[in-house]
Amino acid sequence: MNLERRRDTVLVRLSGEMDHYSAGGIRRELDDVLRDVTIRKMILDMRDMTFMDSSGIGVILGRYRILHQRQGKMAVMNMNPQVEKVFNLSGMSKIIETM
Amino acid sequence: MQSRNQMTLEFLSLPENESFARVAVSAFAVQLDPTLDILADIKTAVSEAVTNAIVHGYGDRVGMVVIRTALDETGLMRIAVEDRGKGIEDIDQAMQPFFTTQPEKERSGMGFSVMQTFMDDVRVESAPGKGTVVYMEKRIRQDRHE
Repeated sequence: MNLERRRDTVLVRLSGEMDHYSAGGIRRELDDVLRDVTIRKMILDMRDMTFMDSSGIGVILGRYRILHQRQGKMAVMNMNPQVEKVFNLSGMSKIIETM
Repeated sequence: MQSRNQMTLEFLSLPENESFARVAVSAFAVQLDPTLDILADIKTAVSEAVTNAIVHGYGDRVGMVVIRTALDETGLMRIAVEDRGKGIEDIDQAMQPFFTTQPEKERSGMGFSVMQTFMDDVRVESAPGKGTVVYMEKRIRQDRHE
């Protein structure tokens, strides 16, 4: 996990696969980042994410809720076709910006 | 329907096996020359079914997950993912989009929706205490007559 901070925005570069097995670890790392309540926007750069199933949706939605509670926002970018198909099926594109 | 080829995979219901299982099943489909999209669809659907067996079928226990798959002469792939876990009380409810018995664990309840969207057909056989079998099929190519 690669982090870049710019004012109240953090850019997180995820890598590998996001499935049930890896979800717990990714969730913990993202929650660690979000402990800093001055972060108002989280952008997930998925260019190195090779696979995601619905477990990944749970992780993204959970982090979105945390941000939403502090009037924050979430965005994703650089999804590969497989990841994007799962993301779109979930309807998250209505609440999470695709950059 | 004649099987041109078939394969059975049996493994412990450990999360670390999810990746291997979905890759193995999609690798088996390669011989029918699928597009990358179709391969990704199969991989994702199998990942959902296997995850369900591990998370819901067996829960805190560990058991065996069995995946049987067959390819027929017409280019159809059939997959059955079976566990001998706790079984599903209400299959219709379980298959509703966003329904989950574990919201506190941030499970999205989208597993069956993904399977139904990515595969051509999904059928579930299950009963409490009797385990679960998820049958899925996908047409990988159209049979061409010369």
